[in-house]
Amino acid sequence: MLTEADTLTKADALPPNVIYGDVKAQRVSKVRNTKVNPEASAKRMAWVVQVHAVRDTKDRKAFAELFGYFAPRVKSFLMKSGASPDLAEECTQEVMATLWNKSHMFDPTKASVSTWIFTIARNRKIDILRKQRRPEPEDLPWGPEAEPDQADAIGLQQETEQLGQALATLPEEQRKLIERAYFGELSHSQIAAETGLPLGTIKSRIRLALDRLRHAMK
Amino acid sequence: MMTDMKQIKHHLTEPLLMGYAAGTLPEAFNLVVATHISMCDTCRAALAEYEAVGGEVMLDAEPIDVAEDALAATLAMIDGGQVAEKPAPVRTQNSVFPGPLQDYVNGDIDSLKWRKVGGGVSQLVLNTSKDASVRLLRIPAGTAVPDHGHRGTELTLVLQGAFTDEEDRFGAGDVEVANEDLHHTPVAEDGLDCICLAATDAPLLFNGLVPRIAQKFIGI
Repeated sequence: MLTEADTLTKADALPPNVIYGDVKAQRVSKVRNTKVNPEASAKRMAWVVQVHAVRDTKDRKAFAELFGYFAPRVKSFLMKSGASPDLAEECTQEVMATLWNKSHMFDPTKASVSTWIFTIARNRKIDILRKQRRPEPEDLPWGPEAEPDQADAIGLQQETEQLGQALATLPEEQRKLIERAYFGELSHSQIAAETGLPLGTIKSRIRLALDRLRHAMK
Repeated sequence: MMTDMKQIKHHLTEPLLMGYAAGTLPEAFNLVVATHISMCDTCRAALAEYEAVGGEVMLDAEPIDVAEDALAATLAMIDGGQVAEKPAPVRTQNSVFPGPLQDYVNGDIDSLKWRKVGGGVSQLVLNTSKDASVRLLRIPAGTAVPDHGHRGTELTLVLQGAFTDEEDRFGAGDVEVANEDLHHTPVAEDGLDCICLAATDAPLLFNGLVPRIAQKFIGI
């Protein structure tokens, strides 16, 4: 499939199926508790504690700390996704308000705080920037547990930290492609047109980057 | 549970999960992805990981300063209850349609306004953004859908019954991701009518004059 796409030179002529088809999904990570920077993991658990403080006591100081760290990153994500500075500012505030309103939905055994805030920002991006309805999967029937298992939560935060470290150490070229794919800054075929690389090559580099992330976990 | 999850054999592809996680797919594809994930724990877990990558990409990005009064403005918004939150969808008990799909259809199989598209097959086009289209297909047990190819990507998720084509057998919960390489003639198995959710980002290509003419009228 990739070779077929590689032989085509004109990116615009490529059908979008090259983007969605043929690659079997794989789990990004499977193994936990390999080496991880303890300070960085502690920081992630601190975010979990802050979200729980917002949930349990409407703690404005904890919220302010989350806001100080995440709001500028949410704004950056939204602007890279095509929002004007004013719209990105407005959406960022809404994203952070949603964090407050939905703090009871956060489950640290299922997502790290960074993942959770990213999904809220992504949802707001679809609502506001793309002006589309946003189909969401059903919640699991059992919902978030009242007292999530602490060891599971720590394990998941560590795993996400490893993922972040693996991303930071990817070769620049691959990291940029992953970033562009997530920020939706450009479609794959636009990236192809801009860089002059065949779409198949772009896609295989993204795969390579994801494979490296997987191996970094092992 | 309507579907025995262990039986799901055909899953979403990596670009689809990544696109859903990033929020870059057309709405019609998002609907198929969300519906499949409602039926498939494997893809639900895989999606969580693609979303984790997205979170790390966001953390890695150069932060951009927010307005000086942003925190105060956000707290005022919270105090004023100005941000409405949409609850996650839930499935009506015993419906063939998982929660995200129920938000798009009014009713269940027998109360929907199906339109005949020939050969006993009926469809119901769902309303989504125009960059791709999505429809429910009802294929009577034992019936074949005319041989067709694809210009773009076609996602077909089985909700009830099963079909078999040149590739494999697809039962409830299975999703077939077809592209221009695949010309197929899906045949519904005996038993229950086969109900599918099918999305495409380009018109299908039928082999044969009559289906091609019919296509102009029915808008597949």
